[in-house]
Amino acid sequence: MARIFTYIMHRGGVPDDTAFELTAAAKKIDAAAIPTALVTGWGQELESVCNALRAAYAEVWKIGNEALAHPNAELIRKALAKVVPPASIVLAPHEHFGIDLAPGLSIKLDSPYVPDVLGIEGVEGSALKVIRQEFGGQVSAHVRCDISSGAVMTIRPGAFKPIESNPLSGSIVDKSSEVGPLTSGRRYLQTIAAEAGEVDITKHAILVSIGRGIQEKDNVGIAQELADVLGAAVSCSRPVVDAKWLEKSRQVGSSGKTVKPKVYLAFGISGSFQHLAGIKGNPFIVAVNKNPKAPIFQVADVGIVDDLLEFLPELTNKVRDTRGIAAK
Amino acid sequence: MEILVCVRRVPDTSENEITLNGAGNDIERDELVYSINEPDNYAVEEALQIAAKAGGNVTVVTVGGEEDEEILRREMAMGASQGVLLTDTAFNGSDGRGIAAILNAFVQKGKYDLILTGVQAEDGGAQVGGMLAAMLDYPFASLVNSIEVLDGRKMKIGREIEGGNKEINEMDLPCVLSIQTGINEPRYVGMKGIRAVASVPIPSYGAGDLGLSAGNVGPAAAKVRRVDYFVPSLGKGAEMLNGSREENVEKLVELLAAKGGLK
Repeated sequence: MARIFTYIMHRGGVPDDTAFELTAAAKKIDAAAIPTALVTGWGQELESVCNALRAAYAEVWKIGNEALAHPNAELIRKALAKVVPPASIVLAPHEHFGIDLAPGLSIKLDSPYVPDVLGIEGVEGSALKVIRQEFGGQVSAHVRCDISSGAVMTIRPGAFKPIESNPLSGSIVDKSSEVGPLTSGRRYLQTIAAEAGEVDITKHAILVSIGRGIQEKDNVGIAQELADVLGAAVSCSRPVVDAKWLEKSRQVGSSGKTVKPKVYLAFGISGSFQHLAGIKGNPFIVAVNKNPKAPIFQVADVGIVDDLLEFLPELTNKVRDTRGIAAK
Repeated sequence: MEILVCVRRVPDTSENEITLNGAGNDIERDELVYSINEPDNYAVEEALQIAAKAGGNVTVVTVGGEEDEEILRREMAMGASQGVLLTDTAFNGSDGRGIAAILNAFVQKGKYDLILTGVQAEDGGAQVGGMLAAMLDYPFASLVNSIEVLDGRKMKIGREIEGGNKEINEMDLPCVLSIQTGINEPRYVGMKGIRAVASVPIPSYGAGDLGLSAGNVGPAAAKVRRVDYFVPSLGKGAEMLNGSREENVEKLVELLAAKGGLK
């Protein structure tokens, strides 16, 4: 069985949660696997991350280089291509950094790439069978990957639960000297923090959230009316921001805000995993969508198949009646 | 600046309920509405805006069959100066790496300063752009949501990272960028525009033209293969309200009151 490596994301000297999810994924590939952590970075932060990983990993490969102080996937790909042995399996999280790093890494390691894996069924001969989702999560697919020359896979964050086990006291192996000088045609300049909007959707207990199903900017008002009678805020999914119908600060999801409401009303939102990743705290979720196959119905508490443009105003009127609010 | 945009025709998930076919080995495709992959359309718009400022031409390319010409013409109606179809029975059954290899062979025949793709396809996984860049040894950035052309064959690009933050990078040309939705507002394409390009010839290239063999592309080279589709049974799922609209509204208001949604 191929040696399995996990690429560790980290910030402020602390490993990301995915560091422990990836070991769980590695064990699904091969129950006997002793995965090795790959950590790139520089200075004290790198040391802290490597030390923190010793409890979960038997071996931690430390790759220190001043050029790697900021995670630039172009440089990290070059570094990994030098240290990872041929025919290895490399796992990385499927988020903005993994998407940057992994496809090109598979070319440099001359091994196949499987993106966004959320289930692993096991190995038969030289084939690894995994589960992916397609078409916005409306259907899943079994995918077979020939791992005889290794593989690079990105694993969906949250899809694998970390395994509880006794702490190890793993060793740190310094691979820095194998890397040499690193340069790239892509240079990191700075990170710009998200702009704060006029409404802070993270502070609201009730969110009236709208997706592509709202259809046009002029219809946003009908969601705002419901939000007004409920004392809620209007939030949204990505297509609404892409279409410039609401500002970015209203977007719930991995590339938007993480919210923790008590009640989440999802109108015309299909329920991509990137959107669902922004909903925490196990709220009561109501979904209204025209498409009975929309993935949002798999995670909602209550679902209604209907046209939100018809349903929403009636709901608003009913809430007004119930609460004795005079109609505008 | 010569810009190449790699595009794909996909089933439009906002217009379709995706269901499985009888055999379970594919989705039911008979009634599907197809369109250009949404991020690819943003990539073409971005290319057109860059060319308008910096000069140059925009070429759109796709790997597929005759049925894919419609999206090439759609993007030509937006303003792309040329559409190119890469088509060969030997290409069928290629995995992501195979598609990247076909595009790589096409890129080698020309000279492009900038290559754009959409960030991902409906049935893909954000892979072809990164693979193509690695094959070409060009710098790559994914999830790009702003581009500024600088002097001296450089660009300043923004990447969408977690929490709505933005990572700014400087890129040397030539490079490959995968474009995130929302980077711009793609222009409208009317029937008149489509008609105007209806008879513009679309050159096509096969495996022989590109110097490709079954060793690089197609099913023999594909190490990643979809076995089947299925619909997972995930947890309990939602309690579906199946009454009339009036009944559903009433029931929902009761439930909201019980859950603290009516303070």
